[in-house]
Amino acid sequence: MKRWLPLILFLVLVGFFAKGLFLNPREVPSPLIGRAAPAFTLPLVGDPARTFSPADMKGRVWLLNVWAPWCVSCRQEHPVLMQIAASGRVPIVGLNWKDKDREAQALLAQRGSPYVAVPDDVSGKVGIDYGVTGTPETYVIDRQGIIRMKHIGPIGPEVWKDKFEPKLKELGA
Amino acid sequence: MKSLLFCLALVLSAPLFAGEAAPVGDDPAIEQRMVNLASDLRCLVCQNESLAGSHAELAEDLRREIREQMKAGKSDKEVIEYLTNRYGDFVLYKPPFKPVTYLLWLGPLIFLGAGVGAWYWVLRKRRATPPPAVDPDQLAAAAKLLDEKQ
Repeated sequence: MKRWLPLILFLVLVGFFAKGLFLNPREVPSPLIGRAAPAFTLPLVGDPARTFSPADMKGRVWLLNVWAPWCVSCRQEHPVLMQIAASGRVPIVGLNWKDKDREAQALLAQRGSPYVAVPDDVSGKVGIDYGVTGTPETYVIDRQGIIRMKHIGPIGPEVWKDKFEPKLKELGA
Repeated sequence: MKSLLFCLALVLSAPLFAGEAAPVGDDPAIEQRMVNLASDLRCLVCQNESLAGSHAELAEDLRREIREQMKAGKSDKEVIEYLTNRYGDFVLYKPPFKPVTYLLWLGPLIFLGAGVGAWYWVLRKRRATPPPAVDPDQLAAAAKLLDEKQ
């Protein structure tokens, strides 16, 4: 037993390192889960006279998808969002984050918009209020306006099935 | 000689690139406070860089935000609270002492204690074991040999 102790300790260390190696460092736990979605009022892309505020969605379960025209992974998830929008499963609001070149309107016109509203966050301040570190990030917000889940990175079909669907069912959407 | 001068110029110019990425604000005192604070904060994009040293766009935005809040008279603690409310304790290079971080802060002490304990145990065990028995004949032979040497 005594002879094996160093080997056992070594294997325990290897176990910890292996686990650490396969963790995703981008998955920073958000302190906003379980808290009210930060309030904001922003003009809409393409119709700056109208505004959007999270309070407009009270009573519905909805997704807040933070995206940007310059973001490559956002293009990757675009078709998935289009499918979700077409299925009518849950409304998606697309926060247009730090779009300094003003490309969002043209891009959505060309590729189609999965969003029920596209609030325009040019300065990026609202994104910072939501703890956004990089696009795309998607928040699931419940009927009471509480953030229930956050997903960092593009939504693929598997992520949608394994992560979002169970959460939406739990929230009764 | 020319190449030597060139090398010298290269070496001398190296520190010029080593500066912080923060753009210079208009108030040097605020700027100093901001850089001091941001050096202990993690950039969320390039996670191994501090908020003070990062060139990431989000880091620039956050530095601007910190600067504005400091100008508005907020204390360092309030600014840190603003950031941890949004990004969690992950932004802090020095995590706070609370139940989830007890092991992190006390771990080294626990390991040190375990090491001292093991050391003490080994020493005590060694003292407790009697010295090995030696054959009296062999002892006499050894003494004789030593005597002969003298």
